[in-house]
Amino acid sequence: MPLVGFTMEQIGIVSYGAHIPRYRIKAEVIAAIWGKDGQAISRGLGIFEKSVPSVDQDTATISVEAIRAALKRCTLNPTDIGAIYVGSESHPYAVKPTGTIVGEAIGATPDLMVADYEFACKAGTAAIQTCLGFVKAGMIDYGVAIGADTSQAAPGDALEYSASAGGAAFIIGKTNVIATINHTLSYTTDTPDFWRRAEMKYPSHGGRFTGEPAYFKHITNCATNLMTKAGTKPQDYTYAIFHQPNGKFPVNVAKKLGFTMDQIKQGLLVPYIGNTYSGASMIGLASVLDVAKPGDRIFMTSYGSGAGSDGFDMTVTNNITRLARQKAPTIAQLVADKEYVDYGTYAKMTNLLFWE
Amino acid sequence: MRDVAVIGVGLTKFGELWDKSFRQLIAEAGSKAILDAKIEGKDIDALYVGSMSSGRFVDQEHIGALVAEVSGFSQLHIPATRVEGACASGGLAVREGYLSIASGINDIVVVGGIEKMNDVGGSEATEILATASDQEWEAFFGATFPGIYAMIATRHMHEYGTTKEQLAQVAVKNHANGAFNPYAHYQSPISLESVLKATTVAYPLGLLDCSPVSDGAASLVLCATEKATKYTDKPVKIIGSGQASDTLALHGRRDICTLDATVYAAKMAYKQANLTPKDIDFAEVHDCFTIAEICAIEDLGFVEKGKGGKAIDNKITTLDGSLPVNTSGGLKAKGHPVGATGVAQIVELTMQLRGEAGKRQVQDAKIGLAHNVGGSGATCVIHIMEAM
Repeated sequence: MPLVGFTMEQIGIVSYGAHIPRYRIKAEVIAAIWGKDGQAISRGLGIFEKSVPSVDQDTATISVEAIRAALKRCTLNPTDIGAIYVGSESHPYAVKPTGTIVGEAIGATPDLMVADYEFACKAGTAAIQTCLGFVKAGMIDYGVAIGADTSQAAPGDALEYSASAGGAAFIIGKTNVIATINHTLSYTTDTPDFWRRAEMKYPSHGGRFTGEPAYFKHITNCATNLMTKAGTKPQDYTYAIFHQPNGKFPVNVAKKLGFTMDQIKQGLLVPYIGNTYSGASMIGLASVLDVAKPGDRIFMTSYGSGAGSDGFDMTVTNNITRLARQKAPTIAQLVADKEYVDYGTYAKMTNLLFWE
Repeated sequence: MRDVAVIGVGLTKFGELWDKSFRQLIAEAGSKAILDAKIEGKDIDALYVGSMSSGRFVDQEHIGALVAEVSGFSQLHIPATRVEGACASGGLAVREGYLSIASGINDIVVVGGIEKMNDVGGSEATEILATASDQEWEAFFGATFPGIYAMIATRHMHEYGTTKEQLAQVAVKNHANGAFNPYAHYQSPISLESVLKATTVAYPLGLLDCSPVSDGAASLVLCATEKATKYTDKPVKIIGSGQASDTLALHGRRDICTLDATVYAAKMAYKQANLTPKDIDFAEVHDCFTIAEICAIEDLGFVEKGKGGKAIDNKITTLDGSLPVNTSGGLKAKGHPVGATGVAQIVELTMQLRGEAGKRQVQDAKIGLAHNVGGSGATCVIHIMEAM
């Protein structure tokens, strides 16, 4: 059976930007509230601290920050953008798009295609695939794919140590491409490892079921299929990025596939910012683009519960030297710019203290 | 009474078997045993299956008939019975099958044991397992099995000077054995340090002192010994079978460091086999927690009461010791799909006595003992087996 996907030529990323809220809470601070051993939890999850959105930050504001950073780096006008797709599992409204807020805020409306996406942690990479399709078809010159979240975790749940906030935006086009997307494909099944029903405040998950039959199965198959299609092997890549729900999973899946720590460390942010869900692998990609040189080959596999993985094989072009990368903060700078909060402040900012 | 032999065994891999259903596990273990015994459906006089809580783990009760159905025997209308005695359900199913042949009613019986535990989350599994404790006196007040066995352990430490290191060595030994068992849930050795440093579940028991939540199934074909050689060159005889009960709640016991059900069931089995503990070459004991193995080797009479910890220090129970215990990896490393455990113990004994245990083979194994416990010791069933 042929693998589902497209082969791209000279279409890819034109610019990129990201945003990570500057508040942080340490895993040990959360652990202390629940009478747990914070160091043991940090060791077990590979997460030391996570980002916390402020009271006035949500997926819409994070998306706007990310796309503004992307626009600062390039010479495009907002009106050049023909489509905006925002992937998130924490859209501020159940009914009313985030994408329209983002489009209006940057001045890209009204000649604009917009939709919000949801596919757990991979909605943003699905948006990249959509934009690729439109650009390849000639329906638009530039499309913006955003993955952003202010993810939720029930107080006391294991997710509370990881669920964080952040996002990244990628402008996809065929002019001044800084990284061509050579191949992309997806691997999708109906696997209910993690979900949140309508009207529910916090997500549910299948515990250990989220590992082997979910994350590992989908990423491994997607990555293997992608390398088969691209005719590549792990050693061909300068960098590899995997979805990062915690610090252990991406390291383990990388090793299993034959990638090294040297290949994945630039794109591995979860130990210091937590799991930004739809933002996670995309912030990892942004971090790689912060340092990438012409000729570098990048491998990325996202994962969204429910479940599916999107794989991307990319090559950095000479154009990256002409992109004004310094005009927006790097991921390293965003990670370093932080202020710690206590659990009470965290509870207030993430609306754990709510009443109806 | 007629003599009874095992003429076929079957096992699924134990572990987190996400891609196998309850039915598939039963069918796999059962068909392996039937093929091993080279019998056909029409040869089977009865089926017995042990499962602790299929109703709560996978919402399926009435599994006696289901076993017959998934084995493809529904048109044969074979009598099929489910047996329950918490974590001793499998051992009890073996005993029921054994008794039905020994009594002269049946000639060939298939026994199965199954539990599929990972379809519920970890905390729900703990809660379901706690239904084997006394609901009014233990579970209602929040007691779970790690807590109950932790009380046994702290008392054992207080009375006999047993140490946390000795407990940990039980897990280290069983993981070392499990590394040689291709059916085991965990097939890698662990260090003493990692057991001691593991997250505390209920002091003194850490995470690596506890058996895991596993999926798996095991199956046997039992046959009247006089007819066994018709089917196999290597029948293994059951020469002793014992069963005993005690209070469900730990506090009702004469001594919380002694599982009297083990003592009485052992007495019954040794008497029938006309053997003493010294005659046993190797044993599979119910190490749901590391302390349980220490109590077991004492209560089975292998060592004096209170000397179980010392026996671990002296390496008596390692694979090359004088009395290897849990050569399969035990519940700790092989895994503990509760209803399957008691049947899987007999599978291990059979493999050892046939000389088919590979890298974990006990040299010159002639007589083996299997010890299966329900709850914290309210039910115990013991079988002694001999190579023919």
